[in-house]
Amino acid sequence: MNELVFFINKVLVAGLVTGSIYALGAVGVTLVFAILRFAHFAHGDMMTLGAGLTLLLVLLFPQAGAPFGLPSGFVLMPVAMALTALAAIFIDRQFYRPLREREVRPVVMVMASVGVTLMLQGLIRLFAGTGTHSLYVAERKDIFRIALPGATRKLVITEPQVLVILFTLVAVIGLHGFLTRTRTGKAMRAMSDNPDLARISGIGVDQVVRTTWIIAGSLAAAAGTLLSLDVTFKPDLSFNILLPIFAAAIVGGVGQPLGAIAGGFLVGFAEVLSVFNWAVLLRPLQPWLDGLIAMPTRLAFVPTEYKLTVPFVILVAVLVWRPTGIFRGKVL
Amino acid sequence: MRMQGKAIPSGTNERRRTALLLTGLAAIYAAIHLGFGAAYGLRMTVEALCYALIALGLTIQWGYAGLFNAGVMGFVAIGAFLAVLVSFPVNETFWKSDMPPRLGLVLLAAFTGLVLTFAVSRLDRMGVPKRLRTLLTVMTGGAAYLVVVSMLDPVARDIEAKAGFIGGLGLPVWLGWAAGGAAAGLLAWFVGRICLGLRSDYLAIATLGIAEIVKAVLKNADWLTRGTLTVSPLPWPVPTPNTVGFLTARAAYLALMAALVIVIWALLERAWRAPWGRMMRAIRDNEVAAAAMGKDVNRRRLEVFVLGSLLMGLGGAALVTFTRIFDPAGFLPLNHTFLVWVMIILGGPGNNLGAVFGALLVYVIWVMSEPAALMLFAAIREAGESLFGWQAPADLDSRALQARVFAIGLLITLILRHAPQGLFPEKVPRDEGED
Repeated sequence: MNELVFFINKVLVAGLVTGSIYALGAVGVTLVFAILRFAHFAHGDMMTLGAGLTLLLVLLFPQAGAPFGLPSGFVLMPVAMALTALAAIFIDRQFYRPLREREVRPVVMVMASVGVTLMLQGLIRLFAGTGTHSLYVAERKDIFRIALPGATRKLVITEPQVLVILFTLVAVIGLHGFLTRTRTGKAMRAMSDNPDLARISGIGVDQVVRTTWIIAGSLAAAAGTLLSLDVTFKPDLSFNILLPIFAAAIVGGVGQPLGAIAGGFLVGFAEVLSVFNWAVLLRPLQPWLDGLIAMPTRLAFVPTEYKLTVPFVILVAVLVWRPTGIFRGKVL
Repeated sequence: MRMQGKAIPSGTNERRRTALLLTGLAAIYAAIHLGFGAAYGLRMTVEALCYALIALGLTIQWGYAGLFNAGVMGFVAIGAFLAVLVSFPVNETFWKSDMPPRLGLVLLAAFTGLVLTFAVSRLDRMGVPKRLRTLLTVMTGGAAYLVVVSMLDPVARDIEAKAGFIGGLGLPVWLGWAAGGAAAGLLAWFVGRICLGLRSDYLAIATLGIAEIVKAVLKNADWLTRGTLTVSPLPWPVPTPNTVGFLTARAAYLALMAALVIVIWALLERAWRAPWGRMMRAIRDNEVAAAAMGKDVNRRRLEVFVLGSLLMGLGGAALVTFTRIFDPAGFLPLNHTFLVWVMIILGGPGNNLGAVFGALLVYVIWVMSEPAALMLFAAIREAGESLFGWQAPADLDSRALQARVFAIGLLITLILRHAPQGLFPEKVPRDEGED
């Protein structure tokens, strides 16, 4: 029983948290990919930017969370989300729109987004330094230990982990409602399906692009903040998180927000399961196995140092077998 | 090319411009030789020439074929590692122990696993349903992987404990460089096979990933690469400073690199003017039309992608050999991917002279910008403290260097927006004409 609780702590909780973060990032990537038609390489740094803004706000108002009984970082997160959305629109105006108007090849846009990612990275580290910071300034991280029947080991989950999972759930439902019920949401889906047809049916391209950046930017900020609440604020997130997020977006099918969510959880759980030490689960069977095989102390598919190979393998497998992704997205 | 807005300056005007730019570059290098001493000047020139090789590799991928390689670092790193593996002196402790046969057994198992998986993947030719075949292939591959990993683990730990790492093969350096290029090419073939049928964005994502994975392996597989403990001193293809002195050795290395760059440049220039180059431009500018004319678009792209990566591997091998130390942690996306990108988009994509020029110019600016950024921020600190009583953060120096990252990013976006053709615009051979 203890082993099972260990499994829940190490796999279920960790997978849900990692998956939620990837899902929130992948939604933005998949929307930008489908509507603006390029792979947005600056998404990782947009997440860092959002987290950095939250950090700044928390340092300014360390007590903001006290009246609600929530971490200040979480209470101030909406402000950071709004600011990041504004920043995303600003970046689009300054760096992407001029290229779009010149009708460059899409891959030039990808390169411009690499330029943007370097600029953001430089700016963030210039102002926040290269070290890590905790988003808990004036309060302590709440840790819930839940006793389960039949086990001495307790189920451990922290407050930010609960918040990550709940927030993702709310965001998914909200986003789905927005895309299927509202006029703008439907316009976005039309743009993603067939841009020319959408344009001649009188859909305002500018508004759709703006809304895309608002959603992508604010969700990126939320993902970055929640990740920083769970661990710490690290300014070197950018390139490391890019691969799992892109893998999630492509697995789910480009242009399918729900697919991106599913892809995020798939990649998150695959990562967690690959680095999980399966020897722990075999331990209860030790009396029977002893004579047959030697018990390894570590039995993981992938050592933690090579965690990045997991999203890469998933990406390669999808590109080989089903480039449209699970939810039949686009192949651009 | 669609990217170009303005007309290309023609004839004498263009020649004058080229001469002016090259004279300016020569003046910069002369100033460095005089100002910082010949030893420093030689070092910088050699390193810049190594970057020129890498930039030539990238310019044929991006300029000739329009392929976005976001993982130049991976190809550079694998080239560098192969150079170390082949040419580093033999590690006697390792070869005299019982570990080589054990390692050989692991390799044999890995090979058997590969063959077995491949054989299973061909079962559909013997009437096995495709879905079942795919399932069986995945299962065989997974099982083989687990067996090999569990076999490798104890051997790797033994090697690390008793011999440090497996050492090199002690073969000539040029062979190491060739192996480096070949390994980078092989890696490119693998990535290209998967991604080149899809749009360039996918290639960018995959190369970005493969670069980080190559780095992770080189950093963590201590038994193979000595990991973060670094390997040094690497042997040189020319006499080392220990035998003939600093200046002579570096000058000899410089001569070698210059010869290599010139030969490769001349070959690429020929390829650009040849029907092969014309075909590549056709594929880049209008894929559908090229395919309609019977060109095998994906195969040609794979060709140019492998060729470009091969040059990157060669450049990486030359670079790491010159620095005499192999440090996997020293490979950074900024220095080994995006700096090269700036070199070629500033120099002019699709122009080999532009790539070499860009490499030489950007490398000098890059090296010089480090002390410049530190000086600038020291001045800001002084001013801030004396004028406003501002307390500068303690890690200001490490932050100052981040200003260079910002500058690189800004440069990329500005060039793309305002001067997409770079300093040396792409030249269309005379007989092709405009349009």
